[in-house]
Amino acid sequence: MFAKITIDNLNLYYGSFHALKNVSMLINTNQVTAIIGPSGCGKSTLLRCINRMNEVITNVDVEGSIEIDGEDILAKGVDLRELRRKVGMVFQRPNPFPLSIFDNVAYGPWVHRIRNLKELQRRVEESLQAVGLWDALKDRLDTSALKLSSEQQQRICIARLVAARSEILLMDEPCSALDPIATAKVEELIYELKKEYTIVIVTHNMQQAARISDESGFMLLGELVEFGHTDQLFTTPQDQRTEEYITGRYG
Amino acid sequence: MKRPTEWFIERWILFNGIFSIAAVGLIFFFLTKEGFNLFKHYPLKDFLSGRQWYPISEPPKFGILPLILGSFWVTAGATLIAVPLGVASALFIAEVAKGWIKEYLKVGVEILAAIPSVVLGFVGLVTLVPMVKQMFHIPTGLTALSGAIMLAFMAMPTVVSIVEDALTAVPRSYREGSIAMGATQWQTIYRITVPAAGSGIVAGVMLGIGRVIGETMAVMMITGNAAVIPHTLLQPVRTMTATIASEMGETVQGSDHYFSLFAIGIVLFVITFIINLAADFFLHRKK
Ligand SMILES: Nc1ncnc2c1ncn2[C@@H]1O[C@H](COP(=O)(O)OP(=O)(O)OP(=O)(O)O)[C@@H](O)[C@H]1O
Ligand SMILES: [Mg+2]
Repeated sequence: MFAKITIDNLNLYYGSFHALKNVSMLINTNQVTAIIGPSGCGKSTLLRCINRMNEVITNVDVEGSIEIDGEDILAKGVDLRELRRKVGMVFQRPNPFPLSIFDNVAYGPWVHRIRNLKELQRRVEESLQAVGLWDALKDRLDTSALKLSSEQQQRICIARLVAARSEILLMDEPCSALDPIATAKVEELIYELKKEYTIVIVTHNMQQAARISDESGFMLLGELVEFGHTDQLFTTPQDQRTEEYITGRYG
Repeated sequence: MKRPTEWFIERWILFNGIFSIAAVGLIFFFLTKEGFNLFKHYPLKDFLSGRQWYPISEPPKFGILPLILGSFWVTAGATLIAVPLGVASALFIAEVAKGWIKEYLKVGVEILAAIPSVVLGFVGLVTLVPMVKQMFHIPTGLTALSGAIMLAFMAMPTVVSIVEDALTAVPRSYREGSIAMGATQWQTIYRITVPAAGSGIVAGVMLGIGRVIGETMAVMMITGNAAVIPHTLLQPVRTMTATIASEMGETVQGSDHYFSLFAIGIVLFVITFIINLAADFFLHRKK
């Protein structure tokens, strides 16, 4: 097991607001790492550091380091486009583009200058296979992705990262807009995907974290209070605040 | 059981709706009634395809082809200028500009929209017209081109504000999704934002064109007002609107000349109606 992502002493400020405080963690290849914690504790902010999306949304100051495959991604001159290809993001609300199913999935490769139709077709098929949509959708690839169910839309959003050959999938509450059955199916998919990908998932649902993750981190007010094996964190938490949170006594 | 105030408000709204529809209906009825009087004595075919507009010669000639072509050239020229500039400005304001630049530009566009057309026409007359004359070495700067440029300025605010609204209405999540996949801003604009705003953009362009066709004052002042069939943009032309405005005052009520101006009004009405209908179609298509 080796660390795909190494976060070391990360601090982030929104103006004068200190949103992440000395966060350090190792995220392993081919594992699901869950981040839990109450609303506003900085989970999404942490996730957006890994693909550097914070700076797209607003001005932020970041200190510390994040390395992916040994490369410092916070350094000046990092190729952000390549970084974001490698580190894909799945959002809370499924956000397929208002394009056809095919164009949605082919968008990733297209963005990265793959324009050969044969290659695009190959990637679309392979990616839809990977997210379990190929059989259902192969005959209507040219219909709008917005016509699909939320669950299928979320799968499309994952498929387009597969097609772009992402290696890390950042998922920010990917199931919170889905019903329980769809949630279970997407969890299954995440379990499947971890064979090929490194997955970091933010969730409010502690059962979900317990079910699908190998390692978990608990955040509170910008701090990573506790980080470790999921079974351990949920059965024998080391920090009292973690215990209070997972037993529902927090806040 | 409805409360009386509610009942009253409902009736009031209904009355207003019916009133405005009735007003439009009456205007249309009056326009057609007066306009069609012409065709009792003058064949519709000669009216639409006649190449000469001599309303007070003996016998008079009411061929509006030069006027239609005049309107067409000026409108086409203005569209060619206003659409690329307007769409590009809207893209810049909605997608690229940030902070105070964005605010200033938006205010600028609103100010441009607020300039009365007669003022624009006047400014065009003393600045643009001599410039065109000099640049192309032609006897007069009062040409279709001058009118087109001036009208482009008038159409721009309409195009910019509607297209900008359409772009701004595109959900953030699309852009974020695209940028988070490593797309450049340009790729995002070109593949995601513009297609998503597509129908709104077309509608903005259509309404801009509608504005140009209906414009009167400025074109009357700077297009030279010569009712001849134009062959280039560098000739004086006369548009349908300018014809109605400048001749209405000097005709005898009830004369064929008078009716012919109404008939021109019908043609204008039909053209504008079709354009608005098309804009509407594009605005509501994707809903
Ligand atoms: N763009 C921003 N500008 C300023 N402050 C922000 C911004 N985004 C988030 N914050 C603040 O940073 C803190 C962490 O926000 P973040 O969205 O990361 O929390 P979260 O743990 O993901 O919450 P939730 O569970 O509600 O999604 C919050 O206090 C929030 O108000
Ligand atoms: Mg969040």
